[in-house]
Amino acid sequence: MQISGSQMIIEALIAEEVEVVFGYPGGAIMNVYDAIYQQNSFQHILTRHEQAAVHAAEGYAKTSGKVGVAMITSGPGFTNAVTGIADAYMDSVPLVVISGQVPMSLIGTDAFQEIDAVGISRPCTKHNYLVTDAKDLPRVLKEAFYLARTGRPGPVHVDIPKDVTAQIAHFDYSKEVDLETYKPTIKGNIRQIKKAVEAMATSKRPLLYLGGGVVSSGAAELVREFAKMTQIPAVETFMARGTLHHADPLLISMLGMHGSYAANMAMSETDLVIALGARFDDRVTGKLSEFAKNAQIIHVDIDPASVSKLVTAHFPIVGDVKNVLEAMMPLAQEQIDPVRFGGWHNTIANFNKLHPLSYKEDSDRLKPQWVIQRIGETLGDNANITTDVGQHQMWTAQFYPFSRPRQWSSSGGLGTMGYGFPAAIGTKRADMERISVNITGDGSILMNIQELMTAVEFKLPVINVILNNNFLGMVRQWQTMFYDKRHSQTDLSIQPDFVMLAQSFGGIGYRVHTKEEFDAALSDAIEKNMVAIIDVVIDRFENVLPMVPAGGSLFNMMLEYKEK
Amino acid sequence: MEQARRVISVIVLNEASVLSRISGLFSGRGYNIESLTVAPIPESKYSRITIVTAGSVKVMEQITKQLHKLIPVLKVYEHANLVENEMAMVKLPLSESLGDVEALLHAYHGRIVDVSADTMVVMITDEPIRVSHFLEAIKRFHPKEIVRSGSVALER
Repeated sequence: MQISGSQMIIEALIAEEVEVVFGYPGGAIMNVYDAIYQQNSFQHILTRHEQAAVHAAEGYAKTSGKVGVAMITSGPGFTNAVTGIADAYMDSVPLVVISGQVPMSLIGTDAFQEIDAVGISRPCTKHNYLVTDAKDLPRVLKEAFYLARTGRPGPVHVDIPKDVTAQIAHFDYSKEVDLETYKPTIKGNIRQIKKAVEAMATSKRPLLYLGGGVVSSGAAELVREFAKMTQIPAVETFMARGTLHHADPLLISMLGMHGSYAANMAMSETDLVIALGARFDDRVTGKLSEFAKNAQIIHVDIDPASVSKLVTAHFPIVGDVKNVLEAMMPLAQEQIDPVRFGGWHNTIANFNKLHPLSYKEDSDRLKPQWVIQRIGETLGDNANITTDVGQHQMWTAQFYPFSRPRQWSSSGGLGTMGYGFPAAIGTKRADMERISVNITGDGSILMNIQELMTAVEFKLPVINVILNNNFLGMVRQWQTMFYDKRHSQTDLSIQPDFVMLAQSFGGIGYRVHTKEEFDAALSDAIEKNMVAIIDVVIDRFENVLPMVPAGGSLFNMMLEYKEK
Repeated sequence: MEQARRVISVIVLNEASVLSRISGLFSGRGYNIESLTVAPIPESKYSRITIVTAGSVKVMEQITKQLHKLIPVLKVYEHANLVENEMAMVKLPLSESLGDVEALLHAYHGRIVDVSADTMVVMITDEPIRVSHFLEAIKRFHPKEIVRSGSVALER
């Protein structure tokens, strides 16, 4: 059929079964918004900032497992979105981001709201397109969705000049994607898989090192089975929280800079690392030369560039985690004697006993860890959790009792303050049955506070729990520990009244100092089912512990910190 | 780590911005480009990019993998046995002894390609190391300008 570029975008979104687009209109994308106005197939959620539109699409994608879609205009609309796009790139979140561009005739003239968008997005997208003719739109959009969700997922950016959105051309979306230069390896090499399983069968202290790839490949259930069958214990990265149930006896905890002592010691003592969809990030490994020093490495990842990038793998397996595990299951069942790891389990249990994740209660002041545990006790599996970035984020990763994959969504790779609230909006939109809780800090929440309006308007009742220490807490912690307490620009004593702030947007606010007040506020917010801010006054100087100082070895943890 | 010189030959889809994807990858990840040449492969939708770079084995492995990861990249030849050639042109004042220049050109299979009122342009095509030797030797004829093409390479 002969339709306009704008109508093509609508038709493509419908064909991709998109149910929601997060976006913000502007000059160069107006033709498309006119077409959106005239359709009823999907919802458009107007965020109050383009960065938030992309984060919301990320939250939606992470919770639903589908491709998230964001739409923005040219120039500042696009540059505002870049942080979100980069965030999705670092955390391999499948997104299609559509931006308007000035008309073809004005490209290169420094026109109003013109910026070289594909030039900017090139290093922070899986792929990007500048569409110069409407006849290419069906192919490009179909490729964009295909690229976003296949292989190692990621954001794909499509930049469309205004005249192309008005141009009439032939639309046919039925053609299969045919990319001669893009063929991700899904199936692992069977000989390598056999060798890997043999290594597991003969190892004494094997350890599953689970990364975000397990979640995105939908392999969590299989990993649970595999661990149970083989009795191989597991550590999770920050991105993989919820892969194993928090009460699973085989789950040690999170590893890395703020991982548990037991998890990091297990990684230091293991003789066989089984890395599944993990990428040996510096926040995980600490000092590389000391990382899992006594171990052989099995590395399963769909991205060949991740394998042996930082730690050389003895058994590199390029493939989809789920696919590879399916091939491993029968071999493992035959060859691995689950009883042989009893001694290893005892060692790990001792690590746990020696230094469990813990904190000290204080009768006068609320502890952030208690608040997080309390949310977990109250809502447990019934909540989807997002966070911003900083101390609250690490405490949440440490202390929330996650019970399933996709329950957890946070900015891992890029570490974007301001991610949590808009992501929680996307999460809520993807899972209306559950309660969306954004655990945040008094610094982070202000980085996308305008989204109160979005959440109120679209009836997406996110509960924001601010762990308020009147500090940019994580930076303050480093300043205390490593900069001789020179708290440069981190004191946030001057603050808005968060209760009135929430109210002014049509939400509800609470300020709490005690456990009783917190319980009352949380249950009231749940019952009222409104957009809420619970401003929790916590111990100002609480630190995130344990900690591996940057560049240190995993086995050399700072377990407690005494002020000098 | 040993910083060895390497030649990488990349077959890419001949489309807009593919060169910026490649060069951006090198600059963004801190890899070094010594020379880069690109031209379409006749009667195909592909181009061949020849990149001369330097790095350890581990860095080369990452470069190769990261290049592969780019969507429009079809093939990357790195370990391949490559036949490599480079061209250089040199502008010399006509006042130099023509006989001496020609003798040097003869040794390097070069030739004079242009003569103007007061200058001439000579060129050679050879392995990059031989091109370097030639450029060393031609210094005594007071070259006004020198241009090197960068390497092109084909797997044997």
